[in-house]
Amino acid sequence: MAACSVEELLAKAEAQEAETLKSISVQKELDLEFDIGNLLACDKNRIEPRDLREKSREDFLRALARDNTQLLVNEIWKQPTERVEEAIVAKLPEPTTRLPREKLPPKPRPPTKWEQFAKLKGIKKKKKTNLVWDETAKEWKRRWGYKRAGDDTKEWLIEVPESADPNEDQFAKRVKAKKERVAKNELNRLKNIARSQKVKIPAVTLTPKASQSKDELARAESVAKTSTASLGRFQDRLPKENPAKKGKKRKFEPLIGNFSNEKQKQLELLKVMDTKKPKLDITKAVNKQMRQEDREEAAAKHKKAAGKKGRKGGSMGGKARGKEEANLGSAEDSCVFLCVVVCVPALA
Amino acid sequence: MSIGENIKLLVDRPDGVYCFRLHHDRVYYMSEKILKLATNFSRDKLMSVGTCFGKFTKTKKFRLHITALDFLAPYAKFKVWVKPGTEQSFLYGNHVLKSGLGRITENTMQYQGVVVYSMADVPLGFGVAAKSTQECRRVDPMSIVVFHQADVGEFIRNEETLT
Repeated sequence: MAACSVEELLAKAEAQEAETLKSISVQKELDLEFDIGNLLACDKNRIEPRDLREKSREDFLRALARDNTQLLVNEIWKQPTERVEEAIVAKLPEPTTRLPREKLPPKPRPPTKWEQFAKLKGIKKKKKTNLVWDETAKEWKRRWGYKRAGDDTKEWLIEVPESADPNEDQFAKRVKAKKERVAKNELNRLKNIARSQKVKIPAVTLTPKASQSKDELARAESVAKTSTASLGRFQDRLPKENPAKKGKKRKFEPLIGNFSNEKQKQLELLKVMDTKKPKLDITKAVNKQMRQEDREEAAAKHKKAAGKKGRKGGSMGGKARGKEEANLGSAEDSCVFLCVVVCVPALA
Repeated sequence: MSIGENIKLLVDRPDGVYCFRLHHDRVYYMSEKILKLATNFSRDKLMSVGTCFGKFTKTKKFRLHITALDFLAPYAKFKVWVKPGTEQSFLYGNHVLKSGLGRITENTMQYQGVVVYSMADVPLGFGVAAKSTQECRRVDPMSIVVFHQADVGEFIRNEETLT
C-alpha cells in the first residue's frame, strides 16, 4: 500500500513538473510569420469557433498566447547575441512591417512670385548644359561655381565707360553690385517664404531696397525714430536735422470756468464709466467653483478629525464670514455698507 | 478703480465747490476759493495748490500719491487689513505677504486697487491686490498678496519730493 502510494506520488510529482515546465517546442499547423525588428509574430492558424464558445475559453486563449509567445522568444534567441554588463542582449534586425504615417503628408508649397509669373506667361524651364566651352582657357568649364567659365572677378582690367567718373573704383563697383544683387535675391526668397507661411511683413516702402528715393528714406527714418519705448521723444538728433514737428497742442478749458458745468460734465463721465464696466461673470463663476471646492474639503477634514483640526490657513480666520454667505451681487451692497461719509478735514 | 461710484462724492460735495486741476503734470484737488487765490501766481512760481492727488508720469500713466489717502480712504470699496507685525514692514515700503494679511474684503478682483488698513482701522496707504480673494485663501504664506503703492511712511521718507 505504501509502495503504491509512493509510486502514485512520484507519478503525480512528475506530471506536475511536466505541467510547470511546459515544452519549449510548440507544434503548429502553419508556421508563424515573424517581424523580429518590431517583435511581432503573426499567427495565421485557424481557430475553431467551438473553442471560443466553451466555458474554458479563457484557458484556451491563455494556452494559445503562451504558445505563440514561446515561438516568438525562440525566434529572438535565434538572433546574434552579445553581452552588455552582465546581461545578454539580442541584436534585432531591421523591421520589415511598414507602419502608417504618424503625421499628415506635407502640404504642397505655394508657388513663388516667379513661378506664378512663369505659369502665367507660359515660360518653361530650359535645360542647360553643365559645362561650357571657355575660349581663353580652351577647355570645358562649369557654367557657374568654382573655376567657372566667364568669371568676371578674375578680370585684371576693366575699362572705364565714358559716362562714368574717372576716379571711381570699377572693381569695387562690381563687387558692390554683386552684393546688392545677392541681397535682393535673399530678400525675395524670404518674401516668398513669408507669403507661403502667411507671416506679416512690413510695408513695401519700409523694406530695404537697392536704391531708395529721398522721400522713402525720410519716411523709413521717421518710422524708425518713433518705434522706441518713448515714441521717439528722447532720440538724439544729427547736427543739421530739424527737430520733430510738434503734434496738435491740447486745448484745455479755462481755469475758472463755469463750476456747475464742470461738475455736470464730470458726473456724466463717471456715469458712462460705471455703465461701461463689464459684469465680472467669469471671475464670479470661477470664485463660486473654488468656494465649492473649499467647502467640500473643509467638510471632509471635519469628518476626519473631530473638529480638532485648525481652520484652513490660520491667517484667514479673522475674515468676515458673514459676508461670505451674501456674496452674489453683493458688490453694491458692501459698497453701501462701507460708504460711511466721514467729515472730510478742512483743506489747508 | 478702487472707490467706484463714490467718486461722485468727491466731485459733488454738499459743503462747497471743489475741483481738480492739472499743474505741471500733477493733479491737485482744491476748493474754488483756493483756486481763485492761486490764479494770482505765475505758473512757474506756483509749487502746489490744495492737495496733490497724484501725477502723470512721462509716459502719461497716472500714479496716485499718498497725499490722497485722507480723501479716498473713507470711500474705499476694497479694503485690506494688515496684522500688527506687518504694519511696520508695509510702512517701510515692502509688499504684504499672505502671512501678514489679516482681512480682505470679499470679491476683490486680482490687480484691484485697495486701501490698506491696520487692525485698528487706521488707513495706512494704497496697494494693488496681487491675488483675488479666492486665490488668497489657497496660496502659500510666503507669497505676495498686496503690492505696495503708497504708504503714510512716505511723508517722512519722501518729504522733499511730496508736494
